[in-house]
Amino acid sequence: MAAPIDLSAALILSAPPLADWLVVLPVALMIGLGAVLMMVRKSVRLHGGIAIAGLALLVILDAGLLWRVWTHGPVTMVMGRWLPPFGIAFTADLFGAVMALAAAIVALAAGIFALSDIDASGRRYGFYPFLMLLMAGVTGAFLTGDIFNLYVWFEVLLISSFGLLILGSEPEQIDGALKYAVLNLIGTTLFLIAVGYLYAIFGTLNMADIARKAAGLRETAPLTTLTALFILAFAMKAAAFPVNFWLPASYHTPRVTVSALFGGLLTKVGIYSLIRVTIMLFPVEREALSLIVALSAALTMLVGALGALAQNDIRRLVGYVVIAGIGNMMAGVAIGTPAAVSGAILYALHSVVTMTALYLVAGEVGRLGGTWALSGLGGLYRKAPWFSGAAFLLFLAASGLPPLSGLWPKVALLKASLDIGAWWLAAAILVSAFLITLALARVFLLAFWRPQPEPVPEAAAPGGSAVDWRIALPLGCLTGLVVLFGLLPEPLLGLAQTAAEGLGEPAAYIQSVFPGGAAR
Amino acid sequence: MEALFSILIGLFFTGAIYLVLSKSTVRILLGVVLLGNAVNLLLFTAGRLTREVPPIIPAGMDTLSPGAANPLPQALILTAIVISFSFFAFLLVLTYRAYQELGTDDTDEMRLAEPRNEQLPPVGY
Repeated sequence: MAAPIDLSAALILSAPPLADWLVVLPVALMIGLGAVLMMVRKSVRLHGGIAIAGLALLVILDAGLLWRVWTHGPVTMVMGRWLPPFGIAFTADLFGAVMALAAAIVALAAGIFALSDIDASGRRYGFYPFLMLLMAGVTGAFLTGDIFNLYVWFEVLLISSFGLLILGSEPEQIDGALKYAVLNLIGTTLFLIAVGYLYAIFGTLNMADIARKAAGLRETAPLTTLTALFILAFAMKAAAFPVNFWLPASYHTPRVTVSALFGGLLTKVGIYSLIRVTIMLFPVEREALSLIVALSAALTMLVGALGALAQNDIRRLVGYVVIAGIGNMMAGVAIGTPAAVSGAILYALHSVVTMTALYLVAGEVGRLGGTWALSGLGGLYRKAPWFSGAAFLLFLAASGLPPLSGLWPKVALLKASLDIGAWWLAAAILVSAFLITLALARVFLLAFWRPQPEPVPEAAAPGGSAVDWRIALPLGCLTGLVVLFGLLPEPLLGLAQTAAEGLGEPAAYIQSVFPGGAAR
Repeated sequence: MEALFSILIGLFFTGAIYLVLSKSTVRILLGVVLLGNAVNLLLFTAGRLTREVPPIIPAGMDTLSPGAANPLPQALILTAIVISFSFFAFLLVLTYRAYQELGTDDTDEMRLAEPRNEQLPPVGY
């Protein structure tokens, strides 16, 4: 028994290069800061500064990770020195890294906006700690390379989203939160069921391992059923048509900063996982189910657009615009060609930024106008011309009109759906974009352009026109990003194209997890 | 053994879905708990049910002897149990608060966030 055991088949024996730590640092930073903020929960005044500095650092780390992945290909790090597939792997490829960066930017903007939007009692309830843990969950979901670990990150972000959703404990919020909580919990449970079956079939949870073993199991194992379960679970998280009803029931109830974070990030985590599982792990099964996904996508777009037209409360209207966007991304998944997937990735990036900004606009409209109802709003253009200009640009971007960021992903998706002859899907994209344009143009017409319908009591509208940097800075930066991507789409188009090709042909991803080709 | 468990899990799912589809929030909660346990049992069964073969690698071998139960799903269940327990605790409090604030446990009556007679937006000015 004294013979030395050769560990090199199971353990990493030398320390990983320093640059690889970039894969786990973003998540570690967020969890650590969440814990620190919990410890100083009594000194609320410290929260904002610590959290914003941490989020700025997160943006830098994610940018560094993206740069590393862009120049060197996917990066992998395994927990506890175990070699994959035994250890839990964190693998950042281009898609995950760019989504993580977009999420970090948006969270930083929301963190700054929250300085004015979340009052002291909201902070005492723990807004900033929850924000940190939410970002840990979101970033972890984007960077993990293990499917059970993905489930765990889903739960991390879900439990912190509960905390954020009921910040303030108003009856309306509790009503919304109850529906959100139950339906999302059932959604993640469906995901867990699918993971259980997946483990029974594959005997592994590592995504790279699954991707390379799927080809050999396709003949005998019920992979189409499994993929259908995954699609249902992620569609529920993303709020796609038949399972979207929790979103309009809950997203307008919390503080607008929270709505902005949710609208920008949470549904996109569902879309990210959908793309990761269907495009990278089970492409053949996705092909078999593509008609169902396409139908769901088309209906999601139309339901979102029609719902947006019917809303009087602008926060609920933005919620339906989020749903319409989900339909567009699902269309990319349904088509499945590299061009379509790159369109969906572009749309996801555009949507992360634009939807967050739209909710922030809605919050500012409510503050300036004293109400969220379109029937009572008016005269904002006179009150705040610069803000109105930014809002107008964001409305154009969300409708997909040139020259802003919404145009390019829609063009890519349209072209991809016409290339495979799915004219009805292309028609759904166009009709939905047209209806969204109508809905948002009406918001601009009613809330900004027309004079105030009846003078509201001055006490109800304390906002005034003074420019508050805590509102102007995040809104201005997000609008700037939207304009920048609209005018200079070339780098981002190339990046999305490369990311989509990496998902379709995951050889580099697998190579990064199993450098030696692995004997097993 | 596995066949027996499959039937049991099916019964769990049936009960869970029946309860989740009802209107009363307390029943929905019970359904959610049952659903979580159904999934835990599912994972447990996926890892093979046996106690005859201990999951210890015999001397001179480098894999488990065939037929041993896989310990990994049990680790997964532990994670899932902790998560579903904490969620259940949160949901219990939330439901109780909802009952206090909204005065009902009927989901049809909970229309505070989405009022029944909501106004349509103005069509002109």
